[in-house]
Amino acid sequence: MQHDMHLAPPPLLEIAGLRASFRGPNGYAEAVRGVDLTLQPGKVLGIVGESGSGKSVTMMALLQLLPGGSKVTGSAKFRGRELVGMAADEMRHIRGKQIGVIFQDPLSAFNPVLTIGDQIAEAIRLHDRTVSKREGLERAEHLLDSVAIPQPKRRVSQYPYEFSGGMRQRAMIAMAIANSPDLLIADEPTTALDVTVQAQILDLLQRLREELGIGLVLITHDLGVVAGSADEIAVMYGGRIVERGAVEDVFYRTRHPYTRGLLRAMPRVEDDGEDLTPIEGTPPSIWARPGGCAFHPRCVNAQQICAEVDPELRPALATASACHFAASLPPLAAPSELVGAPL
Amino acid sequence: MLRYLLRRMVAMPLLLLGIASVVFLLSQVTKGDPLSALIPERMMSNEQVVATVKAQWGLDRSLPERYLIYMGRLVQGDLGTSFSTRRPVSTDIAGRLPATLELVIAAMIFGCTSGIGLGIIAARFKNTFADSAARIFALIGSSLPVFWSGLILLFIFSVKLGWVSGPGRLDARTEPPPGITGLFTVDSLLAGNMPLFLEALGHLILPAFVLGWSVTGIVTRLIRSSLLEALNMDYIRTARAKGAPESVVILHHALRNALIPSLTILGFTFAYLITGAVLTETIFSWPGIGSYAVSAARSLDYPAIVGVTLVGAMAFLLANLVTDVTYAFANPRVKLEG
Repeated sequence: MQHDMHLAPPPLLEIAGLRASFRGPNGYAEAVRGVDLTLQPGKVLGIVGESGSGKSVTMMALLQLLPGGSKVTGSAKFRGRELVGMAADEMRHIRGKQIGVIFQDPLSAFNPVLTIGDQIAEAIRLHDRTVSKREGLERAEHLLDSVAIPQPKRRVSQYPYEFSGGMRQRAMIAMAIANSPDLLIADEPTTALDVTVQAQILDLLQRLREELGIGLVLITHDLGVVAGSADEIAVMYGGRIVERGAVEDVFYRTRHPYTRGLLRAMPRVEDDGEDLTPIEGTPPSIWARPGGCAFHPRCVNAQQICAEVDPELRPALATASACHFAASLPPLAAPSELVGAPL
Repeated sequence: MLRYLLRRMVAMPLLLLGIASVVFLLSQVTKGDPLSALIPERMMSNEQVVATVKAQWGLDRSLPERYLIYMGRLVQGDLGTSFSTRRPVSTDIAGRLPATLELVIAAMIFGCTSGIGLGIIAARFKNTFADSAARIFALIGSSLPVFWSGLILLFIFSVKLGWVSGPGRLDARTEPPPGITGLFTVDSLLAGNMPLFLEALGHLILPAFVLGWSVTGIVTRLIRSSLLEALNMDYIRTARAKGAPESVVILHHALRNALIPSLTILGFTFAYLITGAVLTETIFSWPGIGSYAVSAARSLDYPAIVGVTLVGAMAFLLANLVTDVTYAFANPRVKLEG
């Protein structure tokens, strides 16, 4: 038994070679093309990318929440248990019980004809049949209180449309943590909210993570969202991870042109906004992805090889980068100015 | 909500008066002579008889006069006397409406339960054999003419197999149960008369199936499409992410939302069947309001025509009101405002 103590704790989530494809009129198209990720218990992983980069699909794939007709291969182990190909009935006991999910738009994510209390109580009672409806509602009230919703007693019997956007997202979080899960997946949790409310929601998630020791996957298109809250960042593009590393390494020592582009496009407090440089072009559709490196048509550093060979994710400086020129990228004009906000 | 209901209650009689006026005037301008219902063919040439009958029924007066007399009686609840049955129209209707209500209620119960059930199956197993089978059954129901399917089914199940009783509400010599509701199945149960209940049910089952089958068609397609739409919503993904099994996802989350748009159609279907069950009533010799309407129209029996029309209009208005109220209960975002 003694040598067990020297082993590192098993990862909460271990994704290896995960692929997901959707069926279209001309066969399948891959939305996720071999993703490897690891999350330790109680840590925060930020997955960053534009819409269509495959970041949400990756997470929905491991919960088997993709629309019908989609195909998922590879491996995704949650506390050592393989999720890919898991039977629906077994998966049901993991969803909502051990893995909670927070969706982007809390208005459409709540059922409009059921009260908030009913929906939170349902989340509890689905996994514990001994809880009565009344107990469920009482616990819903406590949960609303724990996510700082004022007047929880009145709020439990209200419908989603009677909540403000920020309140709804808090209620969504309350529902996701109802069964004290080990892992929380937050899919663009702040995108539909005002900036001030965004900060409050991120604070709340951070607080819950510290109090409950929950591992958190934060999916976002906004590097600013993960800057202050993530331990590790994975940048996705075209269904693959293009750069991965500790949050400060990705921000200060990035070795991928796409990450650089995202950083340049990020507004900072001390900027007047004039130096913002958008990335030219649009992300590729999964139905018509360019050959070679998926980013090469938009990349300022692209060479001949980029159109021919899709680069592997390899260690480069402090991060892992999927770029042929990871080692030789020209230095940034003023790296220290690139990221203003202290981490 | 209360103010809304009160307002609607006040508006309803006014609407009915308006409808009565329009129907009264329309039945007056049609070419045709209600006298033919009152006087036998061979007496038509006898001017004295014609004049007496005209005076007796008020047909000698001018149109505005007749209109005022009719409306004056109508507001007192008097629907006039039928030319062809020579009984007060209200008595005729009171005798026939329960028969139609019993038939239509039974048909709606069958149509809604089977339609919702088939709609769920069709949506859950979309594009499979079960989906096609449910949709074909529904399609047949809404496209087969009642006078054909009714006759065929009557022939098979009553004449050939003898599983169900023939036309009519009861066997020829049976006394109807004491009239409390006028619905024989309900009244016989209230009287504790089980054999009579089974007999009434045996007569009801086939016409209710034939009439309800067309409702099945409507409801199946409605529920299938609105369920499929609901199943694509974000809150369905949330329900699945909470760990809800597919049965809960469909019955608790999707169906509740899918039923809302169906409510309106169901309300109108019910009202429509009150006067629209005429073919079924004819095939099954069902003494309901539909067959009364047809004979009234045929003989230009305008007191009866206006009476039946008012019943139909009333059915629509009430169904509409009930639909609105249920709608407000089913959809928390709807508030009924006075």
